[in-house]
Amino acid sequence: MQRIHATIAVSAFALLAMTLTTATPARAQTEIQWWHAMSGANNETVENLAKEFNATQTEFKVVPVYKGTYPETLNAGIAAFRARQPPHIIQVFDVGTGVMMGARSAIKPVADVLKEAGQNFDKSNYLSGIVSYYSAADGTMLSFPFNSSSPILYYNKASFRKAGLDPEAPPKTWPETFEAAKKIKASGQSCGMTTTWPTWIHLENFSAWNNLPYATGENGLTTLTPELKINSPLNIRHFQTLAELQKDGTFQYGGRTSEAKSKFLSGECAMMPESSGGIGDMVKAGMDFGTGNLPYYPEATGAPQNTIPGGASLWVFAGKPAADYKGVAQFFTFLSTTEVQSRLHQVSGYLPATMAAYEATKKSGFYEKNPGREIPIQQMMGKAPTENSKGVRLVNMPQVRDIQNEEIEALLNGKQDAKTALDNAVRRSNAAILEAAKAYQ
Amino acid sequence: MSRRVVFPNRVLPYLLLAPQVAITLVFFFWPAFQAVRQSLYRDDPFGFSSRFVGLANFELVLSDPNYINSLKVTVIFSLSVAVLALVAALLLAVMADRVVRGKRIYQTLLIWPYAVAPAIAGMLWLFLFSPAMGTLAVMLRDTGYDWNPLLNGDQAMAMVVGAAAWKQISYNFLFFLAGLQAIPKSLIEAAAIDGAGPAKRFWTIVFPLLSPTSFFLLVVNTVYAFFDTFGIIHAVTGGGPARATETLVYKVYNDGFVNLNLGASSAQSVILMAIVITLTVIQFKYVERRVHYA
Amino acid sequence: MIEKRPIGALLAHFILIIGILIVAFPIYYTFVASTLTSPEIMAPPMPLLPGGHFLENYGGAFGGIGTIGGVGVGRLLLNTTIVALTIAIGKIIISILSAYAIVFFSFPGRMLFFWMIFITLMLPVEVRILPTYQVIVDLGLIDTYTGLTLPLIASATATFLFRQFFMTIPDELIEAARIDGAGPVRFFKDILLPLSYTNIAALFVILFIYGWTQYLWPLLITNDNNMNTIIIGLRKMISFVDADTQWNLVMAITILAMVPPIAVVVLMQRWFVKGLVDSEK
Repeated sequence: MQRIHATIAVSAFALLAMTLTTATPARAQTEIQWWHAMSGANNETVENLAKEFNATQTEFKVVPVYKGTYPETLNAGIAAFRARQPPHIIQVFDVGTGVMMGARSAIKPVADVLKEAGQNFDKSNYLSGIVSYYSAADGTMLSFPFNSSSPILYYNKASFRKAGLDPEAPPKTWPETFEAAKKIKASGQSCGMTTTWPTWIHLENFSAWNNLPYATGENGLTTLTPELKINSPLNIRHFQTLAELQKDGTFQYGGRTSEAKSKFLSGECAMMPESSGGIGDMVKAGMDFGTGNLPYYPEATGAPQNTIPGGASLWVFAGKPAADYKGVAQFFTFLSTTEVQSRLHQVSGYLPATMAAYEATKKSGFYEKNPGREIPIQQMMGKAPTENSKGVRLVNMPQVRDIQNEEIEALLNGKQDAKTALDNAVRRSNAAILEAAKAYQ
Repeated sequence: MSRRVVFPNRVLPYLLLAPQVAITLVFFFWPAFQAVRQSLYRDDPFGFSSRFVGLANFELVLSDPNYINSLKVTVIFSLSVAVLALVAALLLAVMADRVVRGKRIYQTLLIWPYAVAPAIAGMLWLFLFSPAMGTLAVMLRDTGYDWNPLLNGDQAMAMVVGAAAWKQISYNFLFFLAGLQAIPKSLIEAAAIDGAGPAKRFWTIVFPLLSPTSFFLLVVNTVYAFFDTFGIIHAVTGGGPARATETLVYKVYNDGFVNLNLGASSAQSVILMAIVITLTVIQFKYVERRVHYA
Repeated sequence: MIEKRPIGALLAHFILIIGILIVAFPIYYTFVASTLTSPEIMAPPMPLLPGGHFLENYGGAFGGIGTIGGVGVGRLLLNTTIVALTIAIGKIIISILSAYAIVFFSFPGRMLFFWMIFITLMLPVEVRILPTYQVIVDLGLIDTYTGLTLPLIASATATFLFRQFFMTIPDELIEAARIDGAGPVRFFKDILLPLSYTNIAALFVILFIYGWTQYLWPLLITNDNNMNTIIIGLRKMISFVDADTQWNLVMAITILAMVPPIAVVVLMQRWFVKGLVDSEK
């Protein structure tokens, strides 16, 4: 008993001593903190990028720090900013873009960072569809596109053959897609189609791709309090069809984010619109799949327009010493080099940020060997973005997506029709946007 | 609640309390005060503009029909989790206390699940039960049962209740077991000699002697079900489908941490604190009367 | 047990086995996954019998984890152990002292302190996480073990447990001690502490695991990969969206990360028995 007593006391003391002596090694270089949310293989990529950059020069040291999921990383960044200890660079996911834009004095536009440091910066070197998503209303590039993806259609060739469909001709439009799904179901297969990311694909990209307004004020780019427009007749028709197909299992809802991917991987569902970034899993599963454009509605004027990116970009916090920004600029220039961009694109399945990297990849014959990898890029740069397709900026995008998901779930569960669901989504989202905007006035 | 026999000492009790009180003040009262203050303001996430709005955040929260819905969800969820986790754990602990052979193996295997980090447990539940990829979900559907918690609210509720209770069973089991171990075997032997069967011995001797532990676990489980479950709900259902599993604390978490609506989130926490402080006081003032101390 | 009841014992074993099947199934499942290849895990339904890649995956886990954020698995485990031990020991010491004061002393302000401590039983973590973060920044405790542990030591649950236990101690015991001339310090050391072993052991298990499995707090207050814990390391390897995840390695490391907490459970079981024997004296 005495012995246990003593053990506890001694270990407590030892621990106390340890807590007081945390070593901080001396650093000659200027550290650039880079907070990110990249896990899995992408975490390795981030670590390697930093290592490579640090090896090219001796003045700066980029230190990548994993801060959890995207929302966790954003919260950590905000908390650190409020505590006046923000990192230099923070990776923010697509739906956080509106929040960051609303906090203009917290951030330093990437365009300014690069220009002030005397780095070569020409916006036209970057892919237009991507760069417009991360630019202010006046065209200033605010954040650096790090990982971008775009939704495309994946389909199972074996299922197509079984249903008597041409495995080399994926459906191009939504009506064709629904027809194909019905044929697949009729041929005795369990499920014609599913989808990942219902709000990103069937509302945000749906609007951009069909050149329909998502919200007033250029989808929120020019106003803090846009009103949603996602209850147009075409929106309603699209969701009414999905709801009807859900009843007999031709369409099967698979969740709010990317969970539905396993319905496709298991061969249960034959078609699935999903992020281009998800291609790695299909390749690894060794399935015989094909890819096609994200479907559109032929009757929509201007469709197909361009898709809008998902993924994340790198933001720079304001208020750091000028010398530090020189390092940040050098790092971004390093990230923009064609060599790095082509490699990132080819390894990760994300889109290249620069035109040069796209051209170089094309020249290398990569797309012939990897069919499907060029589709998301073409979708993004086929046409100059219109005010309907520059992206969606809402200060409370995650909340609006939640509201929309709820209404969609109630619709697919047969509790309401598509018109009610989308009208409710618009009404509730608008109220939520008005409330959220009050904090910025 | 006070004892008859106590030590008369003027200084010692304050010294003994000092560390806990100091930590409590710095890490509980100060942050709680900040939360109350925050609930009266409307801030943008980065803290540039901070505006005093009085009780506007509270009005907004209380006039929201979804808030009333999540109140209902919370009552159903918390009761189910607490009852399920306590009853199952008590049953297992009594059985584990009874058996002679294999006792340690049983104990280890039953405590083990507690070592699964919450950050990892959510992932496991997806692998088991998500309709798209879950192994058990696929088995369920092969039997012809229409398992689709993505759209069916009741099934989603059953899933989060199961996940939350599962996480807590090991905890309850351990303390019930410790409580059972502390009961003098001589008391039970005496009852056995008097001819009392196992069931009677349990209800007349073991259960009353276990009541201080049970009371502790009742309070802890209430708190657990109310507060510590947002991570599970976040990972397993995300509050869906259509808000069927959105509890009060999940709403606090989602509004504050994901939607960055600090004012509304703080107002909800303050209401939540008020509810649970009331619950604690009730539990200490009334439920504890039935607790049998020495 | 007192009388021999083979049916009763059989029933007990039966219930325990059913309980274990349900409660420990996810762990078995993880173990099975840790013996499969990544595509096997991802293609539903995953098999429920172990596959043939045990050595490969566990070998890979030991070799591969060294590259997580450039920090060795040894360092991650050391950090996690320090955090878990500090939280467990710190909390037990603080709680047993304050519970002792509240139950065995009469002094002005006793009820005030009682409620002050027990009201915090109820304070949700997420309410205080951002203000607490601010406190830690102001105290300059980012990237320190103190910052990692101190805020987590503050909680009333352990105090509550000791209070519940102390209330069951018969008054006669204190009377007897006082007649023997024992003061409060000796009473605590010679009588109360030995009686509390069972509860201390149970609490130690729970608190060690609590500290071991922390995620959000260490994530928030460490900016240096060298201060990461094993759970953060693990989460760095998992991606549901877009990126490749080596699920087989993740599963193997999940199992490995459970070994130290399990070791604590097994070690503490000796104390359960010891506490029992002591209290029967």
